[in-house]
Amino acid sequence: MSSKDNDNGRLDLVSIRSKLETDAGKRFWRSLEEVAETEEYKRFLNSEFPYGVEKSRSGMNRRDALKLMGASAALAGLTACTKMPVEKIVPYVNAPEEFVPGKPLFYASAMPWQGVGQGVLVWSFMGRPTKIEGNNDHPGSLGRANIFMQASVLDLYDPDRSQVLIHEGRVGSWSDFLVQVDELRAAHLRNQGAGLRFLTGTVTSPTLGDQLRDLLKQFPQAQWHQYEPLARDNTREGARLAFGEYVETIYKFDQADVIVSLDADFLFTHPAGVRYANDFANKRRVTGPDSKMNRLYAVEATPTITGVQADHRLRLRPSQVEIFARSLAGALGVKVQGLGEASLPNLPSDWLPALVRDLQNHRGSSVIVAGEPQPPAVHALAHAMNAALGNVGKTVVYIDSIEISPTNQTQSFRQLVSDMGSGKVQTLIILGHNPVYTAPADIPFAENLTKVQQRIYLGLYEDETSVLCNWHVPAAHYLESWGDARAYDGTVSTIQPLIAPLYDGKSAYELLTLFQGQPGRTGHTIVHDYWQSQQKQLSPQAFEVQWESWLEKGVIDGTAFQPKQVALRKDLDVTPASSGPQSSGLEIVFIPDPTIWDGSFTNNGWLQELPKPLTKLTWDNAVMVSPATAERLNREMKTVKTQGPGMGPGTGGPWYSPGPTESSKYEVVELSFQGRKVLGPLLVVPGQADDCVVLTLGYGRQRAGRIGTDRGFNAYSIRTAENAWFGSGLEVARTNQRYELVMTQHHFVIGQPSNPREGETVSAFHRDLVRVATLEEYRQNPDFAKDSPDMTTQAQSLYPPYDYSKGYQWGMSIDLNACIGCNACIIACQAENNIAVVGKDQVGRGRPMHWIRVDTYFRGNLDNPEIYHETVPCMQCENAPCEYVCPVGATVHSPEGINEMIYNRCVGTRYCSNNCPYKVRRFNFYLFSDWNTPSLFPLRNPRVTVRSRGVMEKCTYCIQRIRYHEIYAEEEGRKLKDGEVLTACQQTCPTQAIVFGNIRDENSQVAKLKAQSRKYGLLEELNTRPRTTYLAKLWNPNPEIKES
Amino acid sequence: MDPVDPVTEEKPAFVEPGSPWIAPGHSYGSVSDRIAGVVLGRTRKGWIFGFAIAFFLFLVLNYGITMLFFVGVGKFGINIPVAWAFAITNFVWWIGIGHAGTLISAFLLLMRQKWRTSINRFAEAMTIFAVACAGMFPLIHMGRPWLFYWLFPYPDTMGVWPQFRSPLVWDVFAVSTYFTVSLLFWYVGLVPDLATLRDKAKNKLAKVAYGFFSMGWRGSVKHWRRHEVASLLLAGIATPLVVSVHTVVSFDFTIAIVPGWHSTIFPPYFVAGAIYSGFAMVIMLAIPLRKWFHLEDFITIRHLNNMGKLLLATGMIVTYSYVMEAFMAFYSADKFESYMMLNRMTGPYAIVFWTLIACNIAIPMTFLWSYRIRTNTVALFLIAGVAQVGMWLERFVIIVTSLHRDFVPSSWGQFYPTPTDWEVLFGSLGLFFCLFYLFARLLPSISIFEMRDLVHKTAEEAGVIAGAAE
Repeated sequence: MSSKDNDNGRLDLVSIRSKLETDAGKRFWRSLEEVAETEEYKRFLNSEFPYGVEKSRSGMNRRDALKLMGASAALAGLTACTKMPVEKIVPYVNAPEEFVPGKPLFYASAMPWQGVGQGVLVWSFMGRPTKIEGNNDHPGSLGRANIFMQASVLDLYDPDRSQVLIHEGRVGSWSDFLVQVDELRAAHLRNQGAGLRFLTGTVTSPTLGDQLRDLLKQFPQAQWHQYEPLARDNTREGARLAFGEYVETIYKFDQADVIVSLDADFLFTHPAGVRYANDFANKRRVTGPDSKMNRLYAVEATPTITGVQADHRLRLRPSQVEIFARSLAGALGVKVQGLGEASLPNLPSDWLPALVRDLQNHRGSSVIVAGEPQPPAVHALAHAMNAALGNVGKTVVYIDSIEISPTNQTQSFRQLVSDMGSGKVQTLIILGHNPVYTAPADIPFAENLTKVQQRIYLGLYEDETSVLCNWHVPAAHYLESWGDARAYDGTVSTIQPLIAPLYDGKSAYELLTLFQGQPGRTGHTIVHDYWQSQQKQLSPQAFEVQWESWLEKGVIDGTAFQPKQVALRKDLDVTPASSGPQSSGLEIVFIPDPTIWDGSFTNNGWLQELPKPLTKLTWDNAVMVSPATAERLNREMKTVKTQGPGMGPGTGGPWYSPGPTESSKYEVVELSFQGRKVLGPLLVVPGQADDCVVLTLGYGRQRAGRIGTDRGFNAYSIRTAENAWFGSGLEVARTNQRYELVMTQHHFVIGQPSNPREGETVSAFHRDLVRVATLEEYRQNPDFAKDSPDMTTQAQSLYPPYDYSKGYQWGMSIDLNACIGCNACIIACQAENNIAVVGKDQVGRGRPMHWIRVDTYFRGNLDNPEIYHETVPCMQCENAPCEYVCPVGATVHSPEGINEMIYNRCVGTRYCSNNCPYKVRRFNFYLFSDWNTPSLFPLRNPRVTVRSRGVMEKCTYCIQRIRYHEIYAEEEGRKLKDGEVLTACQQTCPTQAIVFGNIRDENSQVAKLKAQSRKYGLLEELNTRPRTTYLAKLWNPNPEIKES
Repeated sequence: MDPVDPVTEEKPAFVEPGSPWIAPGHSYGSVSDRIAGVVLGRTRKGWIFGFAIAFFLFLVLNYGITMLFFVGVGKFGINIPVAWAFAITNFVWWIGIGHAGTLISAFLLLMRQKWRTSINRFAEAMTIFAVACAGMFPLIHMGRPWLFYWLFPYPDTMGVWPQFRSPLVWDVFAVSTYFTVSLLFWYVGLVPDLATLRDKAKNKLAKVAYGFFSMGWRGSVKHWRRHEVASLLLAGIATPLVVSVHTVVSFDFTIAIVPGWHSTIFPPYFVAGAIYSGFAMVIMLAIPLRKWFHLEDFITIRHLNNMGKLLLATGMIVTYSYVMEAFMAFYSADKFESYMMLNRMTGPYAIVFWTLIACNIAIPMTFLWSYRIRTNTVALFLIAGVAQVGMWLERFVIIVTSLHRDFVPSSWGQFYPTPTDWEVLFGSLGLFFCLFYLFARLLPSISIFEMRDLVHKTAEEAGVIAGAAE
């Protein structure tokens, strides 16, 4: 070191002292560290420790780099060895009551979805919620759960959740926030709440409603706005149009013989979808040739879960549905103003008259459901038609709105944003829902947000909204917080926390209580006290008993709303608002994504990897068009030069290893709608209406987390408030880009069918994998699904047969007539069995891990095919081809007839998978299970091995559940009862299509189902003798309609 | 003229009267000198160059395998449904290549085919190296390769045994037996030659090394007698292996129920294919070997002609198998079988299938009938190469096209090779050629003592020795 450096580096105490002296009058200093912030001290430090400077500047010097390289090379080797995490165990000194290690506890709670409470029952292992099932006592669930309810537990443990309070982009403190709220509260108390706004989603929670009402009382000039991207405005406005007030419609599908869906996906996207699926399937359950089935007519644009089940499905663009509704209403004799004369050019001539006759033959036992995408007039027409058919009070029941304050949310939101723009809003409290991302493109929420002085956002994630807010308070997940919510019929469900907030998150209740001037009230106190105040007649002790019984059940009895008498307005006028739908050009259609919904589940790996119904697309959304429209676009599209980076290639490899090539590279098109543009890959969907382009919401997020950021394209960017669901005037142009989409099943390679005679789905029928008949055919030939005798010979085997005459013999029956393809079983299986998420690239390489899958097959013409779902878990063959080829005996037969997999013994030759004719085995090509993210460890089901790299895995009929119940039954000295052991897929199936049990017991439900004549096994001619069998699919078409 | 002592070679040379299996003019001494000269002479630049290329490929193999072991078997392009692809293709291909060596050394020995003499040594070496390459593949393509020993019936404390119904266990026995017998046979054959090299070597190290491995061979009658018996015994053991090993390998497929695998024609079809590809490999090795090391006198045009004929014969069996396989697929009226065949011919891998037909049937079966082509080294080399590629493609087609579209159409998939797939394929070639280069440099590529025997017998046949003795 030169002397010069040394000079420079001398601790210049003199200058520091003088600096202090000159500053002394102005500032205090607390320690030398503070002084050390001075330039002088830094200079001294740098020259005294030059090595440190270099280090701190460059981050790393050569020697360190080499050291690290060496170390990481060594460590890279270590990671390859499957390492088990070090887990210290601590024994209970005084075991808490009810806590039996290894034995789960169940808590009833509710998940707010679309604002509506979905009853859940949560498994808790040693205080960790691991799996969500439906709550039997909840009217909206009946013990079943949809994919969103089940996957929400993954969100709880999401490592990307926001973990600290953020103030102006930095970590803030809760106490500072309290001070800030106090100041705001004081200021707004002075001005009566002028400029104070609350923005929430749909609120059905009585407690939260009470809090908001109290706030609006304290701050009379404050306003409460509600906005959700999938707000059910049309439904609300339709009811108001018909009846003059907001009412909720309850459909009794369990009493309906004829159902007409006008663009309504009531089995899946409806807030009561789980319940409706159950009711709907119950009316289609066939036990013998005498059974009856309901008949569903669906009119829709793109095949939905509901539409696929329709006995008659009519493809119409959304704008044409209104014309259809008018024609139908006219034919049914509905007398309202503005009905007009309408006709559809492409409606088969026998369709409408046959439908009308069918409906009129089922007066009082039919339902007409209008879907949320349809304008209020269609809803009003549906109400009028139900009234005309005498369904009201029978299959259609009206109740008061379950919302605290039903409003037209789009208007409410627009009002808020315009107030923000004009500077009327000083304080905005946003309770979740990420409005910056989900706002309609023509409502400039993000632009105006920064004009608000104090922006407070309560959210689970650091997302698009949180970065634009002064304060971001991490939200508590519903599994961490107290609350309540109303079910679709008004029943209040209680929400109780299963775990203390992982990251000190706050619930909406706890945030609002601060503004109420009651800091320190916990979520429990808020909800508990509210309900106590509602039960004044009870003594405090009696209330506690009552309260605990509510929590135990998860619902508050007697809170369901009573049916309400409503009368159609005399002056009901359904004149179209516009001058009539434009029929020229393309129509754009927005639908919620069938796996990640509106974007609130974008960062959920389970849902991202879940194959979307029908398309089997994973990890992306697409621009979906019908085959005919694709051909037309192919001819007519003009090529544009895109600006910006475009969509990128998706994934894909170098030239010598291209990965899935042309067949999975999809053409990227540019969509222009009302001056806004977005790029997306074009995907052909058979069965979609021509001349419309369907986009799913929820993708293209900028800040979602490691799973969801930058996936797909953002359909919100061209979705306006006016055309929230559909609109005409879309332009599509070619871009010369290609983008890889990955699907778990490839149906159609449009334009290059390698072998038309033996297309994928054609051969599914050729191979008798899906067996189907109409109800009429079934009655004439109940044995239609049976194998021909030459295929059922029980061929000899070289090896001695297993003895199946003792003990439990497990088997499963899957009723294809009940399965609606909602995917709930896949998520249930994933949660129960610790199934890994592998990512887009690996799915693209054909390595998804789901143990149960829903296959989709099409039959008939390309434009309007019949669509079939087939749920395929392991068949648990009695004569299993996988077993005899395993060189190490890692897959063996159990005396109970289950084909068991021993992970410890598996060496990974994958021969079993090759020899599995059903291809239900899944292989850990890499270390797919996440062994590194600590927050995900508690999510795992402790009864199921987390598989390591290089082993095969597959459906085990939830062997851990079987063993668990067997052990307890044995302890109690009894046999297992039928229905005591439920597999995860069976437990959750909303339509009870999956039934599992002991086939040796003739009285078991599964044995009875297997005795039905519709029973068949997949590929029985291979002599595999599958234990999982199917019941053939039946249609109930109207004989008066001749399908082409 | 006195009979020649095969060890001391002291007797004067005599002129061999135009035997077709060895060029005229060779004596015991000239045979020994010529063959041993390759080993004991200086290293040639061409050898270094060739070895360097092979060694580079060998490093590529090491890289590929290292990645496989560290990261996982997902480095291959395999998936569900195509859980086996390149690695198993390579395995079957390499095992098949090995077969020609055993056929030549054992089967033809028992058949008293004299023309085998000059090609059997390097063909046997080829067998061993090919089986070594082959044996590597099932191991590296396991999900957990560090547990490979679970396939062996070792005394496990938990009393767990391999699952003997699985053809993969049979494979373990078949391949390890094959490797052991081939190695023994090869080594036993080498012992007299190693002694020759020991005696001829000038280099101290070479003397010690060859001396060590020649196990004290002195060429006494006793030694020769025991050697003869051991060779015959080993030949007797090895001969059934020519048929059995590939039969067992074919069981990997026939035992399974996958359409395209589940076929009774596979054992003979695989054996014929194995010998076909094996002879193609022998030709591909023999032609450069005789050219570069000037061994044209020993590996004569007539040898090449014979091997060409064998290629033709086995190729015809293979052709017949293909035809029968396709015919049976349709004749069985089994929808899965017939679709499998249709898919092979017209599906996404149709180009591979038709290339295979061109390589294995169209090209060799057209040209090998011609004597002029069979005796043209360049043409024969190219045709053998084409057949070699064809045989690799055949295994690929059998494995991948059968798997990728089997029973349930929803699970149909596609296989695309990854860099690792190519690395281990070409890397295994590197390993093979590395070993072969070392072999050609360090050991006599042609059996010296058997060539001397051939010289003797040829002369005997021609009556020269008889005449001389009179």
